[in-house]
Amino acid sequence: MICRDHQIKELETILGQTIAQKILALHAGRAAVAVDELVFAKVDMILGTDVTVPLSVEVFRRMGADRIFDPKKTVLVNDHFVPAKDMKAAELSKTMRLFAEEMGIDNYYEVGRSGICHVLLPDEGLVKPGDLIVGADSHTCTYGALGAFSTGIGSTDMAAAWAIGELWFRVPGTIKIEVNGQLPKWVGGKDLALHIIGHLGVEGALYKAMEFTGPTIRNLSMDGRLTLCNMAIEAGAKTGIVAPDEVTRQFMSKFPELSYTPQVADSDAEYVEEHHFDVSDLPLQVAKPYLPSNAVPVHEVMGQQVHQVVLGSCTNGHLSDFQLAADAMKGQKVNPKTRLIVIPSTKDVYLELIRSGLAEYFTEAGAVIGPPTCGPCIGGHIGVLAEQEVGLYTTNRNFVGRNGHPTSLVFLAGPAVAGATAVAGEIAHPDEI
Amino acid sequence: MDGTVFKYGDNVDTDVIIPARYCTSFHKEDLAPHCLEDLDETFVARVQEGDIIVAGNNFGCGSSRENAPLAILGAGVSAVIAKSFARIFYRNSINVGLPILECPEAVDAAKDGDRLSIDLHNGEIRNETRGGSYKAVPFPDKIAKIIEVGGLEEYVRRRLQNR
Repeated sequence: MICRDHQIKELETILGQTIAQKILALHAGRAAVAVDELVFAKVDMILGTDVTVPLSVEVFRRMGADRIFDPKKTVLVNDHFVPAKDMKAAELSKTMRLFAEEMGIDNYYEVGRSGICHVLLPDEGLVKPGDLIVGADSHTCTYGALGAFSTGIGSTDMAAAWAIGELWFRVPGTIKIEVNGQLPKWVGGKDLALHIIGHLGVEGALYKAMEFTGPTIRNLSMDGRLTLCNMAIEAGAKTGIVAPDEVTRQFMSKFPELSYTPQVADSDAEYVEEHHFDVSDLPLQVAKPYLPSNAVPVHEVMGQQVHQVVLGSCTNGHLSDFQLAADAMKGQKVNPKTRLIVIPSTKDVYLELIRSGLAEYFTEAGAVIGPPTCGPCIGGHIGVLAEQEVGLYTTNRNFVGRNGHPTSLVFLAGPAVAGATAVAGEIAHPDEI
Repeated sequence: MDGTVFKYGDNVDTDVIIPARYCTSFHKEDLAPHCLEDLDETFVARVQEGDIIVAGNNFGCGSSRENAPLAILGAGVSAVIAKSFARIFYRNSINVGLPILECPEAVDAAKDGDRLSIDLHNGEIRNETRGGSYKAVPFPDKIAKIIEVGGLEEYVRRRLQNR
């Protein structure tokens, strides 16, 4: 009887699976998985960076492991403290470099050929729809934009994944976020993300998957989707996912050699919550210190003096982001009382900035262009804030002390507000400078 | 185990637990002197071996840095009790052996400076100052088994040995 009940339960769960459930089931060798169930699942890609790899290397050796289960399924990226900000940071990168050589990891990205991991990996064809991806960086959820199940882990988890190729996962319930309406001028993926997180709160999706759907999402560019899914963790989510569609297929057509199996939710998939948004009139959003969920329309904070604007990061580090910021600046110079730091996210984006003329425009306008790095987003280097200073960043978090002195204040926004603010020297709307 | 409560609010994030500027090291002894310094600069000076952090919802939100639970362990903290934990911090704490207990009732009842005793085996928390007794949410079976064998590191070591 118990066996029969179990079979019935299994049959029931085969019906109505979300994308998150389907990907986890496939990687756990199961027909279906139930929400809250714990499964061991095989991973397709493991991402590590200079800040998380060295601890993993130590744990990996303590585990008695001597080889990585599949070096092709590992990628190591220099991005957090590079070019090395000090001797300790140099040691971190050195540890990672030597480990890559020892283990025969070809997907090793060195300074000058590297970039911010979450922009780099999709552009290098290292992540695909239907994949199960883990990364020792919390914003690993970004790749959900491609229809992958992708989530952040710590260093011990990464060492375990390197050693045995699988990890335990609690199958998350999925929150459906349906978005309708055409986004107004200047308003993009970042505003959408801040608005949704403002609505759900920083723990609104704790342990859950978020699935973004609806006409607005279908019309959203891949850059916009990457921005949106990147911020899923700021609502506490395990992952944020967009179902693969024509936009995804277009993006993946750059990699004709890659095969993948897109997963979409069953029509009768069960969601633990549903939220509906109409964004036809969504104003540009700004999140006030000290939480990404403190989102308000830009007009509520206009006039706030800003000492430093940071344009870039894994959240808004694509060419389209820099173009939008430049459009908002309308050929004007950076305000004399403000600093603008522009950080192209990867080598390729850097080249695009140069070839498009944007690098020249930003430099002439009084901005400084930094090398691809996480740098100021984590208060690491290349633009750390002093006591009481105020920043407006296109990054993803504005916690106390994240970007510099604990009394510094960071407002989060998209590239349009960042561009306008750099020109105005205070938080501004691009139509009002 | 027993210790004095250091009580904090909701969303104690990994940036205040250990700012990135100190994450060029992942050794407990380097991290501990800076634990929680951006939230409570007196914490490190006051905390004694065995003391307990009690906090609200979403403790450990933010970064995936395993340096966060390591910094807390290094500071001598014996356990963290919260209403809920951010998921990567939850995994990392299990993996590095920092005892975490999810127990909203114990959090609501505890005040800064209270004495608590914890029986990790059955998840029981006693507030010695106020007299209440509380039961933490148990770990799911599969996780409890990983903890039982000595954590993920030991679990993997055993799997590799049996290969």
